[in-house]
Amino acid sequence: MTEESPEITPKANGVTGPAKPEPPSQAPVGPAPQLEPAADMPLLRIEGVGKTFGSFRAVDRLSLDIRAGEFFALLGPSGCGKTTLLRMLAGFETPDEGRILLGAKDIAQVPPHLRPVNMMFQNYALFPHLSVKDNIAFGLKRAGMARAEIATRVAEMVALVKLEGMEKRKPDQLSGGQKQRVALARSLARRPQVLLLDEPLAALDKKLRESTQLELMDLQRRLGMTFIIVTHDQEEAMTMASRIGVMDAGRLEQVATPRELYEAPHSRWVAEFIGDVNLFDGEVGWRENNRLLVTTREGVTLAVTEPRQRVTKATVCVAIRPEKVKLSRRAPVSDAANSHAINRLEGVVTDVSYLGGLTAYKVKLESGAVVRASMANTARLDMDAYLAGQRVVAWFTPDDCMVLEQ
Amino acid sequence: MSARSIFARPARLAAIAPYLWMALFFLVPFGFVLKISLSQTAIAQPPYVPLFDLTAGWAASKAALAELSLDNFKLLVSDSLYISSYLRSIFVAVTSTAILLLIGYPIAYGMARLPQRWQPIAMMLVIVPFWTSFLIRIYAWINILQHDGLLNKVLLALHIVSTPVVWLSTDTAMYIGIVYSYLPFMILPLYATLAKMDGALIEAASDLGASPGRAFWLVTFPLSLPGVGAGALLCFIPIVGEFVIPDLLAGSGSMMIGQTLWLEFFTNKDWPVASAAAVVLLLLLIPPLLLYDRLQRRTLRGGS
Repeated sequence: MTEESPEITPKANGVTGPAKPEPPSQAPVGPAPQLEPAADMPLLRIEGVGKTFGSFRAVDRLSLDIRAGEFFALLGPSGCGKTTLLRMLAGFETPDEGRILLGAKDIAQVPPHLRPVNMMFQNYALFPHLSVKDNIAFGLKRAGMARAEIATRVAEMVALVKLEGMEKRKPDQLSGGQKQRVALARSLARRPQVLLLDEPLAALDKKLRESTQLELMDLQRRLGMTFIIVTHDQEEAMTMASRIGVMDAGRLEQVATPRELYEAPHSRWVAEFIGDVNLFDGEVGWRENNRLLVTTREGVTLAVTEPRQRVTKATVCVAIRPEKVKLSRRAPVSDAANSHAINRLEGVVTDVSYLGGLTAYKVKLESGAVVRASMANTARLDMDAYLAGQRVVAWFTPDDCMVLEQ
Repeated sequence: MSARSIFARPARLAAIAPYLWMALFFLVPFGFVLKISLSQTAIAQPPYVPLFDLTAGWAASKAALAELSLDNFKLLVSDSLYISSYLRSIFVAVTSTAILLLIGYPIAYGMARLPQRWQPIAMMLVIVPFWTSFLIRIYAWINILQHDGLLNKVLLALHIVSTPVVWLSTDTAMYIGIVYSYLPFMILPLYATLAKMDGALIEAASDLGASPGRAFWLVTFPLSLPGVGAGALLCFIPIVGEFVIPDLLAGSGSMMIGQTLWLEFFTNKDWPVASAAAVVLLLLLIPPLLLYDRLQRRTLRGGS
């Protein structure tokens, strides 16, 4: 509960608000009162859910737990099944197999209008014939809420998304950002147990998108609601979500925090999908303490730190993020403890892209392999920038290397 | 020459063309009709006076102008035959439009909900009757509705009736004919509105707790109102002036204004009264025409 806006704190249901019992007449909207789930029980449990369209397997026996109060992102390329999964949570698609447990109830076959979840649509799907106020009130009226209460709740929602004074406007009299806010207010008005967001920011321009991301995060924290967002924009997912499920071909490739996804991807696919990465295929040579020596196809031997999960395969892929590759004119002076451990690759700079905050380099090694490095432009007048054609040493520590077995 | 002027001239001509067309083929003939409606009937060729003869000079024309009068219009309001014809026309048009809406809406809705690849086929099926002449189709209905026609045969065979029903020369037959003929004009604008409606709106309604029925009445139907209006007016306006269908299928008990017009014009050879009746009919149709125009403009501007 924030001091500046105590009035918008939801109070009508047990999931999102303080545990204050209310008479049912005061809470006609929102999820039906349910048994407090056991501590280890997730709010939403997706169990072996599958969906096939014709011969296309959109979602393939997928299982996932989402806890109450999470901001969860489903991230993946288009056609990976993330939207189908979201639509199954909303009820617009019925799974061919599996269960969707909300609390203790399987909602897989429940039609959308009877589910205690709400969705914010990609293109907002605002009712063009209704005013802002009536759009927001739509769900409340369907729930049979008293007229006075609807007015209060609508005013609350309008204030929440800062649309005061716009109540009487029709959707076509609103800007894109304002429409987005109306859609958000409309989907939040019923205080759903879970709010589903389908590419909610895709239609906004970059600046507005960034500020809206922060507002959405702030809102989610204040309301303590569970948000599930579908996006193809990894930056958006990383910024907002507390956990991300990366999907490909109807399956979850990895479910982890943004940091884990980036710094410890489970697979080559995830490593390549999230951010930029240098990949070296190679054979595990010998192993010493927690170090592995990997001889790459290019004939370079790299020292890498063995992950907690011990490497069992002989053929692995060493992945290193560009910003962890440092460049210098001479091989770095190394202290005694680390001297043998630093990986040094000599090569020639072939490509320099100045991107403002950082500069991206491509370094061609003698073997022909290309290593990408990026360096933050920390000084305005950078005399240290490297030029194309310059001989450099690209180096990185074993800790910065990720070992991928698949 | 600037680029603007190269394009401006043909563009301006193109903009004038429809007005030119309207002036030539509507306004001028209407001027003739209006003039005849102010004339007096006469046993002559053409059967009315005065006649304007531009070769006779200014004074003669002025004298002819003085002879014009509103007598025919006075007759129209004083004789109950005309008033009852107008009232019957409007009543028939309203009733037919209501029936057309009740039948056409579900068909258009069903078409719009068909899988994408079936929609053009459904559209074809709606349009296909136009391949046969309108008159032939109405005569076909006479055949179906007559004493030993197809309809009575089917009803007798199914034991729904025990003796043949009299269909021909009844209002029922007329309504069957009108509804059958005008149904495509109701379906097509409705289908156009319903087909372009964003399916996400219905999903949003159900997501917000509306059952499928509520979603229809709260979202689909209000958003299809421009189509309803267009379809209704597209049917109502020509049905008011309908002549062939009531003449062939309805009884001789009461006439629609189209029939009265025909009677005055061809049977009674009273061109001036017929013209006056036509002018009044046009005036009656101006408000719905303006309404239709406004609806179309709104649709063109992009829905709501």
